[in-house]
Amino acid sequence: MLTLLLLGIPFLSALVLFFGKSQSAKSIALTTTLLGFILSLAALFVFKTNPNSDLLKINLPWIDSLGVRFDLSITAVGILLVLLSNFLLPLIVLSAFKNEYKRAYNFFALILLMQSAMLGVFMANDGFLFYVFWELALIPIYFICLLWGGEDRGRITFKFFVYTLLGSLFMLIGLIYIYNHTNVNGLKSWNVNDMYAAGKLLTVKQQSIVFWFIFLAFAVKMPVFPFHTWQPNTYVNAPTQGTMLLSGIMLKMGTFGAIKWLLPMVPMGVAHSGGTAITLSIIGIVYASCIAIVQTDYKRLIAYSSIAHVGFMSAGILAANQQGIQGAYMQMLAHGCSVVGLFLVADILFRHTGTRDITKLGGIRNMNGNFAVLFLIITFDAVALPFTNSFVGEFITFSGVFKYSLVASAFAGLTIILSAVYMLRSYQKIMLGEIKQNAGVEFGPLASSDKTILIVICIAIIAFGVYPKPLNDIAEEGAKQIITLIKQP
Amino acid sequence: MKGLLVISGLGIIAMLAEIFKFKKVLLPLVLIGIALAYTLNVFEWNTPCDISYFSNMIAFDKVAIAFSGIIIITAFFWFILSHNYFEEDSNLVDHFTLVLFVIVGALMLTAFKNMTTLFLGIEIMSIPLYVLASSKKKDIKSNEAGFKYLIMGSFASGFLLFGIALIYGATGTFDINLISEYTSQNAANMPMFFYVGVIMILVAMSFKVSAAPFHFWAPDVYHGSPTLITALMSTVVKTAAFAAILRLFMIAFSGISESWTLILAVIIALSLVIANFSAAMQSNVKRMLAFSSISHAAFMLMVVLANVRSNLSLNAVIYYSLAYSLASIVAFGVLHVAAKNANGNENTDAFNGLAKKNPMLAFCMTIAMLSLGGIPITAGFFAKYFVFTALIGTSFKWLLVLAILASAIGIYYYLKIVIAMFYQKHDGEKTFELDKPQAIAIVLSTLAILVIGVLPGLIANMFKM
Repeated sequence: MLTLLLLGIPFLSALVLFFGKSQSAKSIALTTTLLGFILSLAALFVFKTNPNSDLLKINLPWIDSLGVRFDLSITAVGILLVLLSNFLLPLIVLSAFKNEYKRAYNFFALILLMQSAMLGVFMANDGFLFYVFWELALIPIYFICLLWGGEDRGRITFKFFVYTLLGSLFMLIGLIYIYNHTNVNGLKSWNVNDMYAAGKLLTVKQQSIVFWFIFLAFAVKMPVFPFHTWQPNTYVNAPTQGTMLLSGIMLKMGTFGAIKWLLPMVPMGVAHSGGTAITLSIIGIVYASCIAIVQTDYKRLIAYSSIAHVGFMSAGILAANQQGIQGAYMQMLAHGCSVVGLFLVADILFRHTGTRDITKLGGIRNMNGNFAVLFLIITFDAVALPFTNSFVGEFITFSGVFKYSLVASAFAGLTIILSAVYMLRSYQKIMLGEIKQNAGVEFGPLASSDKTILIVICIAIIAFGVYPKPLNDIAEEGAKQIITLIKQP
Repeated sequence: MKGLLVISGLGIIAMLAEIFKFKKVLLPLVLIGIALAYTLNVFEWNTPCDISYFSNMIAFDKVAIAFSGIIIITAFFWFILSHNYFEEDSNLVDHFTLVLFVIVGALMLTAFKNMTTLFLGIEIMSIPLYVLASSKKKDIKSNEAGFKYLIMGSFASGFLLFGIALIYGATGTFDINLISEYTSQNAANMPMFFYVGVIMILVAMSFKVSAAPFHFWAPDVYHGSPTLITALMSTVVKTAAFAAILRLFMIAFSGISESWTLILAVIIALSLVIANFSAAMQSNVKRMLAFSSISHAAFMLMVVLANVRSNLSLNAVIYYSLAYSLASIVAFGVLHVAAKNANGNENTDAFNGLAKKNPMLAFCMTIAMLSLGGIPITAGFFAKYFVFTALIGTSFKWLLVLAILASAIGIYYYLKIVIAMFYQKHDGEKTFELDKPQAIAIVLSTLAILVIGVLPGLIANMFKM
């Protein structure tokens, strides 16, 4: 029931916005997303009291002849992502309050549609349904970027769409291949557990091929080197809210997909080909970090830092041990918070000074001390300092990768050092030193909506940095479940 | 069968309209007639399916009824869409008659039991089309289209006839069931010229569905013909040709599939590559849609290639035909309207700023393009999905990779139109209205795309697994 509400309310609200063309689209969207957040907290509460509660499940027939069911549930594997999405979405909607978009009702309706689709991805228990939601999430974000993006958005969003779709189609083939091998009393089934069972029966060679087919979709979405070329341009050109959706939540579809739809499905394939994929992830970490260091556009810098961070998560996941997965869960939460915060900072900088160019900025701390503090906390989070929530995730992931391979962990560890280089240096250039931009023009106080978002994010960063246990327990349980599924004969 | 009779009757009545002066009521009459034909067709679903007519020349089994249903329903939408195409024209009655006989030929193709009926059906369908293609008498492009179509079409018919003759020579029968029986009994000692005959028929049918390398007529003919006639070609005619191919290669020649599968695979691969790369280069939307139709033909042929003589493939082709026909109706309908408002410009830039000029139309076109591109939750996604499922169990898995790459290129040219509508700046007048019947046809087709996209079981369950 809760699952259906989580999915249905944003969807219906989006329809209302599309057709109602309401002037108060902002408040409707904010109310809807806040409602989603409350519902997700309720789901967490129910989950804590009784993980098998019927409230968290829905299972209806959809396409009988194909064995496709509308089967959604909130489990330990997905609940953190559901929470994260519902936590970030009100903030993302709130961040748009200062911008006057043309036809805002369409803008917010698309965000809500995307919310619905992304939650579907995190809750689906049916391979086909998973794929449908996966693709559905792409369409709203495509239009958000196409209609409200920056210059040259036509070409850039197009590249993004084709890249993602190509990856997804390969995944579809991989999933159909597994589906064709399922056998439940002589019938085929899209149910995730049946697919796990079928995938495990394949030979190593088959499993590796399926691994690459499915991993390709996730690799494009995350993105992992060398499938990342769409990402920086898209992030920079998308409107801030689009970038936040892409990096804060949509990116996690890739990592989550790898955890739920890859590791337990073709474990031998992961064991056989995962090494190559981890190598790619680690190359991505070093490569993206190095590029991030020389960026002058702050938004682009965050985009590259995001590739580095996600490469680290991907390495942790593909290491396929409990620490790796658990750490990746925590990393996903932390990265969601920090990246949304950083993109908001980039947006604030641009709105207040008219530029995001690091070399042209300086001394903002002297003009707005509060902003400097909030920005600093988020920067520390991106660097994964102790007592920020990134630290927990990074530490556990690191131990997971270390268990897998010493060399891999040595290189993956570079992410910690390199991220400190580019994050701290950019902070220093933007906030400290002499005032450079348009001397005499005041930076001015932050808008209350911006301030609210930054404060909420900083609270989350510190609170779960100091006391990560409640989330960490769930992450541990999720990781344990996945490991059990992998080991199951 | 009754549907076929009703529409033939309508064709004859339409011819009389000029003499008895009821031109004004002809369109409503035709629409009612087609609706009646559809109803009769639906009622035939539950009658025993082995009834054949005219000493086994034609038989409306369930497959035929399903395909007829698709053809009649697209024809219905087509007539609504093109109501003012007829009003403007002085040769109103001739056009009605010709289109109705195209449909008659198409219906025969869904239900033939005998090679001669196949040939008759193809000719009844094609000859009026040659005339319709060149029906813009004063337009040189239209004349070129008709001329090219006639020459290429006759050429294909020649191949078909030659193939039929060779097969008759080898088996001594025109009846497709008897051919199938004969080949399975004498599989070891079929003469060489029998296989030559099969390949000739394959070539002829590839001409008809414009699969590469027999596609050269398609872009020019699609481009030159009046837009609505192009719509007719890519919906009714295409569906009928596929019904025929399915019947031929899944019944008559299924026993000797090893002799033609490789050739078919090559045809499909060529079509995918040539069509998608060429489509990506086009600036004229009609030419682009022509190449896209070649690519979709390749997808449908994949099901034939999978050659699982099962209900799965039947459902797949039927679903694909319907999904493709609906999307084509919308695409050509919107193109027709957009081009008219851009002073006959049929290039991608005719769509510039359509989202602002007429949001409803832009929405419908977007759904159609997404459906042609195969994005969930449109019908086109399930169409592709069924094809992939049919093919994944065969030895032609390499085609799947090609098909995926082709789909990705496909998205490129479909999105070009979406980008033009939502992103490119427009010039000229602000908004425009379209007349009611056209809007109804376009919106209904769009809704149908979404409905069978969300509930594919409605169509894809037609033949129980």
